[in-house]
Amino acid sequence: MTSKQKIALAPWVFTLGFFLVWEAACRLFGISSFVLPSPMQIGVAMWEYRTQLSFHSFHTLWMTFAGFVLAVVFGLLLGLALGSSKIVHAGTYPLLVGFNAIPKVAVVPILVIWFGVGWLPAVLTAFLISFFPIVVNVATGLATIEPEVEDVLKALGASKLDIMTKVGLPRSMPYFFGSLKVAITLAYVGSVIAEYNASSYGIGNLMARASADFNVPLLFAALIALAVLGVAMYAVTAWVEKRMTGWAQRSGFAAG
Amino acid sequence: MGEAFIALDRVQHVYGGEGGVLAVEDLTLSVREGEFVAVVGPSGCGKSTLMKLATGLQFPRAGSVRVDGQAVSKPVKIAGMAFQNPTLLPWRTTLDNILLPLEIVEPHRSRLRREKAAYTEKAEALLASVGLAGFGPKFPWQLSGGMQQRASLCRALIHEPRLLMLDEPFGALDAFTREELWCVIRDLQAARKFTVILVTHDLREAVFLADKVFCMSARPGRIIAEREITLPRPRDLEVTYSPEFADIVHELRSHIKDARSGVH
Repeated sequence: MTSKQKIALAPWVFTLGFFLVWEAACRLFGISSFVLPSPMQIGVAMWEYRTQLSFHSFHTLWMTFAGFVLAVVFGLLLGLALGSSKIVHAGTYPLLVGFNAIPKVAVVPILVIWFGVGWLPAVLTAFLISFFPIVVNVATGLATIEPEVEDVLKALGASKLDIMTKVGLPRSMPYFFGSLKVAITLAYVGSVIAEYNASSYGIGNLMARASADFNVPLLFAALIALAVLGVAMYAVTAWVEKRMTGWAQRSGFAAG
Repeated sequence: MGEAFIALDRVQHVYGGEGGVLAVEDLTLSVREGEFVAVVGPSGCGKSTLMKLATGLQFPRAGSVRVDGQAVSKPVKIAGMAFQNPTLLPWRTTLDNILLPLEIVEPHRSRLRREKAAYTEKAEALLASVGLAGFGPKFPWQLSGGMQQRASLCRALIHEPRLLMLDEPFGALDAFTREELWCVIRDLQAARKFTVILVTHDLREAVFLADKVFCMSARPGRIIAEREITLPRPRDLEVTYSPEFADIVHELRSHIKDARSGVH
């Protein structure tokens, strides 16, 4: 077997090994499923609760996605404003940093008072927690325009809008798509936190109820579902990034 | 001798508001249309400031800048520029990089979409004239440094500017590539007769290419010497090994030496 094949195989072997060790430990030490269910028991629970799991996964997914889309639109616009005007940047940056410093779980009760229990607090929490990295990245992308390129275009009589659309926007795209990977993960955290506290559906809500029933296998089954969803969303944004900004990833070192 | 195409008259420029750095002071020079002018001087003498003033990217604190008979109050729009760094946009192919000025400058801007084929053909002809035939679809990072600089020259010339501003465009290249590009720019200028202002550290480059060389003093920059280069054109690279050539370079060298030690 070549070393290349070994590397390709390694993730599968290690993941499988992780679950095997877990299973063996549970059996060997007779750990109660009430403390730590074995992968086998979790598998059984996943099958048993498959309708509930897929129902709640679907809701978590769309609420995360809705919050994420809001964050992309708002983050992109605010990032452009920050990146193109020094005054806006200086004026809003402290506010932004201060806002970002608030743990978003603390905002959920306020959202519940305003909007009641339901999908809206989850979508808004996902949005609030995930727009910041997009803003910062887009603004950074715009700030790194080479002054010479700006001079070349200005000497031709280019307007600020010309420079923004021809150079600024494309220049900031790798930063933007890079931030999406971070933002989608954060949005996911946000929606699950809000579901846990203030929703009647979503994986977070399912976990809150499983926890109240001391249904530990279901709790772990929900965790696995969360992991699968999270990896899938990350993979989609990483793929989109690669498709959209291939020019910025020519080095094999940075790819992936 | 007709009216000056570019005329700077007792120009003073300061960076950074009150108490800022005095970049140039009492700077006076004039360039005729179609003339190839080189500006040499010690580093930090305000050569790049001179370029920004002449293209309307900066405006003088005092004195006047006139281009083509007009006082400069906004970017001049008749200039193409190339720098030491090729500054091609990495997400565009070489061809699309070269077409970029046409997306800005009228009347090309409104025609570009309809007459894309004609413009593409023109850009490819220009690429061929600098020895880059067939490299249009390549991305800048697939080209060597010298090739990128050639493409950068094409971008500066695609909209047929009357004025070409070169800010040490060959500074980062190896000696052989640099001499090749001297010949490229020499031939382009001979064919199209645009006006060139070349800012450089390299005295041989200045003497080989220019009709006239200006020497600037250390900061605050001003012109301390003006030297017509009467070597006959077309000039071959061989001329750079002739005694006349060496004498001129030597003479300029002494001006720079004086400028650096602050004699002027």
